[in-house]
Amino acid sequence: MSDFLNICGLQARIDADGTPKDILKGIDLDIPRGEVHAIMGPNGSGKSTLSYVLSGREDYEVTGGSATFKGQDLLALDPEERAALGVFLAFQSPVELPGVNNANFLRTAVNAVRRARGEDELDAISFLKTVRAETKHLSMSDEMLKRAVNVGFSGGEKKRNEVLQMRLLQPSLAILDETDSGLDIDALRIVAEGVNSLRSPDFSALVITHHQRLLDYIVPDRVHVMAKGRIIHSGGPEVAKILEKQGYTQFLEAAA
Amino acid sequence: MPAVTETREAVEKLAKSSYEWGFETDIEMDIAPKGLNEDTVRLISERKREPAWMLEWRLKAFRSWLEMKEPDWAKLKHPPIDYQDAHYFAQPKKKPGPKSLDEVDPELLRTYAKLGIPLHEQALLAGVEPAEGERLPVAVDAVFDSVSVATTFRKTLEEAGVIFCPISDAIREHPDLVKQYLGSVVPVADNFFAALNSAVFTDGSFVYVPKGVRCPMELSTYFRINARNTGQFERTLIIVEERASVSYLEGCTAPQRDENQLHAAVVELIAMDDASIKYSTVQNWYPGDDEGRGGIYNFVTKRGICRGARSKISWTQVETGSAITWKYPSCVLAGEGSIGEFYSVAVTNNHQQADTGTKMIHLAPNTRSTIIAKTISAGHSDSTYRGLVRMQPKARNARNFTQCDSLLIGDQCGAHTVPYIESRNMTARVEHEATTSKISEDQLFYCRSRGLSQEDAVGLIVNGFCREVLKELPMEFAVEAQKLLQISLEGSVG
Amino acid sequence: MSGQSVAGQTSAALDAFVERAAARSTVLAGTGIPTRRVEAWRYTPLRSITEIVWKEAAPLDAASAKNLLDKIAYPANGHLFIFGNGREVTSLSSLPENVLRTDAEAVDPLEDRFSAVLNGALGRDGLSIRVPKNVDAGLLTLATLHQGSAISTHLRHRIVLEEGASLTLFDANVGEGEYLSNPRFDIILAEGARLRHVKHQSEAENAAHLAIINVEVQGNAEYDSFTLNGGGAVARHEVVTTLAAPHALVHVNGVQVVNGTRLNDLTSMIHHAAPDCNSRQTVKTVLSDTAQGVFQGKILVDRVAQKTDGYQMNQALLLSEKAQINSKPELEIYADDVKCSHGATVGALDDEQLFYLRSRGVPEAEARDILVTAFLTDALELVADEALRELLLKGLFS
Repeated sequence: MSDFLNICGLQARIDADGTPKDILKGIDLDIPRGEVHAIMGPNGSGKSTLSYVLSGREDYEVTGGSATFKGQDLLALDPEERAALGVFLAFQSPVELPGVNNANFLRTAVNAVRRARGEDELDAISFLKTVRAETKHLSMSDEMLKRAVNVGFSGGEKKRNEVLQMRLLQPSLAILDETDSGLDIDALRIVAEGVNSLRSPDFSALVITHHQRLLDYIVPDRVHVMAKGRIIHSGGPEVAKILEKQGYTQFLEAAA
Repeated sequence: MPAVTETREAVEKLAKSSYEWGFETDIEMDIAPKGLNEDTVRLISERKREPAWMLEWRLKAFRSWLEMKEPDWAKLKHPPIDYQDAHYFAQPKKKPGPKSLDEVDPELLRTYAKLGIPLHEQALLAGVEPAEGERLPVAVDAVFDSVSVATTFRKTLEEAGVIFCPISDAIREHPDLVKQYLGSVVPVADNFFAALNSAVFTDGSFVYVPKGVRCPMELSTYFRINARNTGQFERTLIIVEERASVSYLEGCTAPQRDENQLHAAVVELIAMDDASIKYSTVQNWYPGDDEGRGGIYNFVTKRGICRGARSKISWTQVETGSAITWKYPSCVLAGEGSIGEFYSVAVTNNHQQADTGTKMIHLAPNTRSTIIAKTISAGHSDSTYRGLVRMQPKARNARNFTQCDSLLIGDQCGAHTVPYIESRNMTARVEHEATTSKISEDQLFYCRSRGLSQEDAVGLIVNGFCREVLKELPMEFAVEAQKLLQISLEGSVG
Repeated sequence: MSGQSVAGQTSAALDAFVERAAARSTVLAGTGIPTRRVEAWRYTPLRSITEIVWKEAAPLDAASAKNLLDKIAYPANGHLFIFGNGREVTSLSSLPENVLRTDAEAVDPLEDRFSAVLNGALGRDGLSIRVPKNVDAGLLTLATLHQGSAISTHLRHRIVLEEGASLTLFDANVGEGEYLSNPRFDIILAEGARLRHVKHQSEAENAAHLAIINVEVQGNAEYDSFTLNGGGAVARHEVVTTLAAPHALVHVNGVQVVNGTRLNDLTSMIHHAAPDCNSRQTVKTVLSDTAQGVFQGKILVDRVAQKTDGYQMNQALLLSEKAQINSKPELEIYADDVKCSHGATVGALDDEQLFYLRSRGVPEAEARDILVTAFLTDALELVADEALRELLLKGLFS
């Protein structure tokens, strides 16, 4: 057990039109500092729910188990407190914020997190400098900074914007929720490079994906197979290759 | 759902945010006795050293008012107003004078500082020219309990031919202009509150921009109600001649008090051929406490006429204050090809009530109007957009576009949309859209997962919601308006 | 009152006369006939009805009734129920087998709605029916016919659909002469019931029509209405509907085709009084000559009515320089978790479209017809019953 991200027997449910539906049925997962883990699993296995529960989405009710991050009870924190602590969720489909200027949003977020971490806030000029360097690195146009957050962004642009936020907020744990869905190969590379560029002994990532493809670019230390709200198998990077070739059947049967 | 509960809690917390401008200025006042009758009207006219015709005009208004009934069609509830239980005249005892700073009470200067007038305030009021910079200077007329106490930059403006002065000075110094235009857009008996204002108005601003002159600076008025139990009735008259233009800013504050105070202003705008008037308001009168005690009753008549061809009148308002807002800044588009615009943000919280909107009356061909109204309701408040778009038979090829969006925060408030669309010309086109929704939990969560607090996230989303309107404000005001939205809903944009 | 209707000297007629005289004084002493200062009637003047409201008509015989009915297209199938000058024409009327006739019951007086007040003062007769649980009663045509001069009728109908019951009602209105038709419908739809109410208002050009439809829709029930408002000198179709339990669904759609000096008015109040309900409204108005069109549509969402989904669209097409449209779409919302929107447009035919058609050889008049039809078609398509849609189309272009 590490002192970084430790999930123990985590159970969660969602209210589906008045009837509670259990989704996570006892997740055990340990991600040590500096490691990249992948979670793969069929649709409806609870992968996205796990990412939402870890980042503090309130639609889900945690009914059992625990999750600690850097020794703190993660589940007791508000989403913004988790962000300040270093958790970053890259959304599968980021929501649009009409009328909210992207640059302004980024600066507000960066400064809120810096404030919470006891760092000095960035003034407009140094922020702009930082963000320009990042957008250039990500081959994003400056024009995207002037638009409203995610409004009218193409799928690829939204993902780039997520990576930009990740680079700016400097998380110690990035959760990528099927960030690769609907991405062309160039965009996929950009996402992967975004994650790889942050890789360090102090940075971990949890990559949730359907496809082996993304794991060609972000090579994980461990791969977990998730089904029906549980982790049913864990192994090294080779697990992804087996899944790619043979599908989930053998793991599902083994777990049954 | 817990997320909803939390939003509501956040909003309830916001509701408790205190009114930052709720201080009282300790200045000696000269106050008329309570009550309203012909003698009150005579006293006001006499104190203002007005010519006889003005007194007659006021008396005519007063007599019409006696015959009129308070309008009851708006979606507003309040205990009956006792018009006899207020002072109709109050002025600082020390003789105010715009010529020298020495004549301004130092308390007053401190008031300005506290108001955070977004200008180089002290320097301005002291008559010091600002350092060379890209920023346009702003001329200020401060109306303090309905008396103008300082009009800055009067001389610079005079050199450009622009008259900007308290309306009481204009009545004495430019009687022909005042006689010709006062009451020409809002007649004395236009409505109950306009008639009341016409009878008892004590000050306000007068602007005249001659042919071909672009007013060299933004003109700004600050209205403040200070004395207890005073009604404030200012009157503003702006005349812009052919090819001339002006941008006029109006800000309002009042101290925090338990009782309700009445405010009934009238603003008249007149635009000749190719003239343009931009009138911006940030209304931040005291809204009452979180139980709904106190606050200003704000019954305002604002109307502009585009008399000339291709003239343009643009109203922008950010209404965050007052216990009650009753206000419909309107445009009469009489000149061919003239343009009317109305951009509005109305925020209500606690027990505030707002019934506000506009009228666009298209009389001439090729006239165009745009209405963008954003309504945000929180707490136990109610907010109504009420608007009229009328295409008269001669309004060939006229166009209107209206967009009304309402945002509800919490389940104890109301948001209403009451548009009237009347067309008598087949070639005229009217388009109206309205939506009502709440702040989406997805948006809130997205912002919070990026480190923003709940309040900041609400503020950010609300400011985004209002962006189309806020961007119409002059820079100086836009900053203040955003700040006000933050305070009204305690979110911040950082 | 002239001697004509008293001339029969039957005691019933005399009683009716006395009763009406009393009712008249009641109405006039109360609200009176609303002037345009009354908000609900600011666009629809009622002066013209004061002359004709008070006289009672002689019943219509079967032959006259049949002649009148043949003036419009109505379904050949299903059952037919006819009121001629306010009285049931029994020889021509029948009800579907499973439908029960019931006694009239006390109703909400709807005191703030003049059409209801007038009906309350003078109302008599009407069709009260009940469709039992889970019965699909099929199609019923209700014809309201008038013939005469300076007469008025004030029918009171009551239609109750029990749980899971369904009925399609074709509501035909036609006549000759100068009259006022002031029917009131009280409709109650129990859990899971469905009423399709398709109305064709094709009153005579000197007639007045003030209909008031009061509908209560329970959970999972559906009131699907469509009105072709196409006749009368002054005609208002007014709907007051309450979505009273979760998952109720209401459609208040319509088309108004107004020409000459006529005024047609569609006024509705859609009241969401329970959570999770949907309402949809599309109303299109086409105006020519010096006609006037009125649309007043209000969506009211109570505090409890969370997750309401309300949508309203009204569009008007002005085909003449002298035509006039007055529209007031209104939202009054007290619940925060709702999705409500409305849209309104007013304008003329699109010159570019007109030019395009003409440049392809279509004569101007025909091109206009094509575009007007296109404008109305997407509203008419909301009539789910294809056969009834065809009937309305015939009515539209006859």
